[in-house]
Amino acid sequence: MEVIRSQKRTPSNDTVSNPKIPLYLTAPQMEVRLEEFELFAIDRLRVLKGVSDGLARGRNPKEMDDLVDTLWKEHMRDPDASLMFNKDIISHFVLRLVYCRSDELKKWFLSMETALFRHRFRLQNFEAQRAIVGEFGLPYKAVTGAELEGLKERLGQVVRSLGQISPTVEAIYYKVPFEEVPDLVASRRVLIQKGYAFVAGSQLVSLVVTQFRSHISKALILTNRKWTTTIREREKDRLTPIVEALSTSYLGPDYSQSTEYAEISLKDIDQVAKSSFPLCMRHLFEKVREDHHLKHGGRMQLGLFLKGVGLKLDDALAFWRAEFTKKVGSERFDKEYAYSIRHNYGKEGKRTDYTPYACQKIILSAPGAGDHHGCPYRHFSEDNLRAALGRMGLSSRGMEGVMDQVRNKHYQLACTMTFEAVYGTSCDAGINHPNQYFEESQKILKSKTPPAPV
Amino acid sequence: MVREEAESRGDDTMIDAPQISNPKPEDFFNVHYLRIYYGNLFPYADIHKWLSYGHDGKHPGCDEYYFGRREFSFTLENDVYLRYKSFKSASALEHAIKSCFPYKIDIGAVYSVDPDKRHAYSQTGTNVFTPVERELVFDIDITDYDDVRYCCSGADVCSKCWPLMTVAIKVIHTSLKEDFGFKHILWVFSGRRGVHCWVCDPKARRMTNEQRSAVAEYFRVYKGNENNARKVALMGYSLHPFLARSYVDLLKGFFEGELQANQSIFSTKDKYDKILEMISDEDIQSELREKWEKSANRSSLSEEAISLVRWEQLKNTLQSKKHKAPTLRMCVEEIVFTFTYPRIDLEVSKQMNHLLKAPFCVHPKTGRVCVPIDPNNCDEFDPLAVPTLSQLIEEINSGGSKMDVDDDDTDTSILGKSIKFFRSSFLEPLLKSCKEEIESLYKTKIGKPKDSFSW
Repeated sequence: MEVIRSQKRTPSNDTVSNPKIPLYLTAPQMEVRLEEFELFAIDRLRVLKGVSDGLARGRNPKEMDDLVDTLWKEHMRDPDASLMFNKDIISHFVLRLVYCRSDELKKWFLSMETALFRHRFRLQNFEAQRAIVGEFGLPYKAVTGAELEGLKERLGQVVRSLGQISPTVEAIYYKVPFEEVPDLVASRRVLIQKGYAFVAGSQLVSLVVTQFRSHISKALILTNRKWTTTIREREKDRLTPIVEALSTSYLGPDYSQSTEYAEISLKDIDQVAKSSFPLCMRHLFEKVREDHHLKHGGRMQLGLFLKGVGLKLDDALAFWRAEFTKKVGSERFDKEYAYSIRHNYGKEGKRTDYTPYACQKIILSAPGAGDHHGCPYRHFSEDNLRAALGRMGLSSRGMEGVMDQVRNKHYQLACTMTFEAVYGTSCDAGINHPNQYFEESQKILKSKTPPAPV
Repeated sequence: MVREEAESRGDDTMIDAPQISNPKPEDFFNVHYLRIYYGNLFPYADIHKWLSYGHDGKHPGCDEYYFGRREFSFTLENDVYLRYKSFKSASALEHAIKSCFPYKIDIGAVYSVDPDKRHAYSQTGTNVFTPVERELVFDIDITDYDDVRYCCSGADVCSKCWPLMTVAIKVIHTSLKEDFGFKHILWVFSGRRGVHCWVCDPKARRMTNEQRSAVAEYFRVYKGNENNARKVALMGYSLHPFLARSYVDLLKGFFEGELQANQSIFSTKDKYDKILEMISDEDIQSELREKWEKSANRSSLSEEAISLVRWEQLKNTLQSKKHKAPTLRMCVEEIVFTFTYPRIDLEVSKQMNHLLKAPFCVHPKTGRVCVPIDPNNCDEFDPLAVPTLSQLIEEINSGGSKMDVDDDDTDTSILGKSIKFFRSSFLEPLLKSCKEEIESLYKTKIGKPKDSFSW
C-alpha cells in the first residue's frame, strides 16, 4: 500500500473477483492519499467500537447482525461499490498497524474484526457465503452419496436436538476436522465421528470465522514485527504520529450538547454533585466549595464537565463567581476568570465549543502541586482514595474490588465498579466519560426510588 | 509394637511394616515408606519413555531437548510447592525425586523453552515462554456427585458409589475414541475418590485452549448449583447422537439396574422429593407424591423393589403427559442424566498450563498408588483393592517382589502388574505411533530443498 500526497488516485485492480467481504489476505496494491489513510481508519474504528459496544451490552446474534448492518451503512458506505471496497481494505490494513503494537490492542482488534466479519458473513446469502468459503481455499469437501446416506439418521437427530421437530437434513454437509469448528463442537450442534465434524451449509459461518481469526492473529504478529523493525522509524514524520494517535482516540459521544436528562440548575447543583457526579468531578466540586478556588487544570476539567451536564453559561458564571469572589474579589474575577469561562462555552475568540474531557484524557493528565484535577483512581494515594470512596458510600467489601482494579491500573474499570456499587446496578458498557457517568446516574435515579445502601 | 527407624543403609534395609490393627494415618503414608517407594518401585524409565513421546535421541529426527521442556511440580512435606521444575533425562528426574521424596508430583505442559530457564526469555517478541504441547486431560471426582449418592459423601468412596466412576469412564472413553478419533488414552486412579484421563495423541497434545474448552463443553451436561432444582436441561426434540448413544448403551441400563440397587433413589420421601422437584409440572409432582405417600407404609417390598416400582410409575406418568410442556419432553432422560452422566471438572481440561498428578504417585491421604485403569475392563476395578504403600513394603519384605523395577516382564508383584499393563496396552502402541510420526516428518523435511521456507 503506497501512501501518497497527490490529489489523483489510481483505480484499484483488486475488485475483480468481487466477493462482497474481503478477506484481507494480502496488503492491497494501491495508492492511498494521506488524508484517507486517517479518515478511513477512523470510520472503521467507529464501526469496531460500535460492535464492541453491542457485544458489551449482550446483544443476541440477530441484533448484532442488524447493528453491524447499520454501522457499516453509516460509516463505510460509498455509492461507488469499488470505492467502498477499497475503503474497507485500506481501513483494515491501517488499523492493523495501529492495533498490532501491544497484546492488549491486538486482542481487542482481533475480537472486534472477527465479530464484524462474522455478522457481515451472516448477512450474506448462501451463494455469497459459499464464494467466501472458496476464497479461503479451504480443502473441505462436501459429503455426498453413500457416506451421506449412512449419516442421515444421526444428522437428523442433531437437527431435532436443536429444536427443529422434523429431521430435515440439509442438502450439503462439509466434513471438517473438529478442531476447525470449536464453537459448534462445544454447543453440540454438529455430528462428530472419528475426529471429523459434519458441518451443515447453514453453519458455514463457524468454519470461516475460525479461519479468519487464525489468519488475522498471525498477520498481526507479522505486522508488529515489520512495524517495530522498519515502518515506525521510516514513517516517524508522516504515518507514525497518525497511527499512534488512532488507538487512543475517543470516539464516543462528545457531550457537547447536553441531553434532556442533563439540565441542571444552580440551586440543585450541590445535591446533584453528591448524588450523580463521578469521583473526579465530585472531588473538584468539593474543593471549589472548600477553597473557593481551583487552578487552571481543575477549572477546565470541571468547567467543561458542568457544561456537558447542562449548566447554562449564565449559571456557570454565577457559580464560579460566587465561589471565586470569596477569595479574589469581583473585579479580579471579571478580569481574569470570566473570559475563559465564556471561552469554554464558545462565546469568545474563535468560538470553538470545547468538548468535555473523556476519561482517557483525564487519566493521562498530570496534576501537580495544588492541583485537584486528574483521575482519583490514578492520581490519589491509596489512603486518600479509600477515604473518598468511603464518603461516596462504598462498603469495605465494595472498596476492595475497586482497589483491586486500581492496583492493576484499570482506572476506568475501578470507576465503573464504583458506579455499580453506588447505584446497585451493573454497567456493562463501562465508564469512559464523566458525563456518561452522570447521565447514567441520572437515568437510574429518575427511574427508581433511592438506591439501597451499599 | 516396635517400628525400627530406617536409616538409608542401602537397598537391603528391611523395614518392619507395623501390624495394622487400628490403623493411624501415618501407617498408610509416611516419609519412610515414600523413600522406599521412590527408591525402588517408582517406574522412572517408563514415565520418561512416555513423556518423551519417541524423542529418545536415537533417530536424527528426534528433538533431544523435548523432555527437558516439560514442567513438573513437586509438593513437599510441609505443603512446600515447587513449580517449573524440568529435567534433561530420566536419571535427572530420578535424582531429583530421590533427593526430596515429594508428597505429590504433578505433570504440566511442554513449553517453548526449559521451564527452569524461563526468566531468561521475555514475555513479548519472538522468544516467549509459552506452552506448546500438553495432553488433553480430564478429571472426574466423586465428590461432584454428592447430591446423587446416599452411601457416602465427601472424601469417602465405596463399592456402592464407585460404579458412577465406572460408567463415567465408559461414556467418556467411548466418545473420545468414536467421536473424536483419539487412540492413545490413559485412565488413572487418582488415589482416593476419582479418575484422571490423559489423551496423548499428537493431535490432542497440540490442541489450543479454545479447542480443549470446546471438547470439555461438548462433554458438559450437568449445570448444577444450589439454586436450581433442574440441573440437567435437555431441550429440543431428541438427544444429540452422542448423548443418545450414551443413554441407550450405558446410562439407562446403569440407572435402572446397578444404581437403583445401590442407592434406592425413590425409597424414602427425602430421596424422591428431590427427584420430583426435577419435574417442571406441579400437577404431576403432586399426583406422584400423593400416590407414594399413600403406599409408603403398606408395602412389604424391599427398598430396592419399591424404588423400581416408583420409577416405572414416574415413567408412565411422564410418558402420557409429556406433551403438556416442552420442558417435560425429555424429563425421564434428564433424571437419568442427572444421576449417571459424567461430571468432569471443566477447568482442568480447558488450559494447557494446568498441572495434573502424575500416574504412579502415591496419594498422601490413603497411601494408595495412582495406578492405571483398563477402560475395557473398568467394571472390575476396585478402588479399595488398589495397592497401598504398606502393602507394597510388606511384599518386599516377604521377598515377593524385586526391589528394582526393570524391563523384565516377569515381575508378578502387585505393582508390577500395573506397570506391565501400562507398558503393553498404552506405552508400546503410543511409542510405535510416535516413532512413525517422527520418521515421516523427518523424511518430508529432508525431502524439501534447503531454502524453501518462506517467511
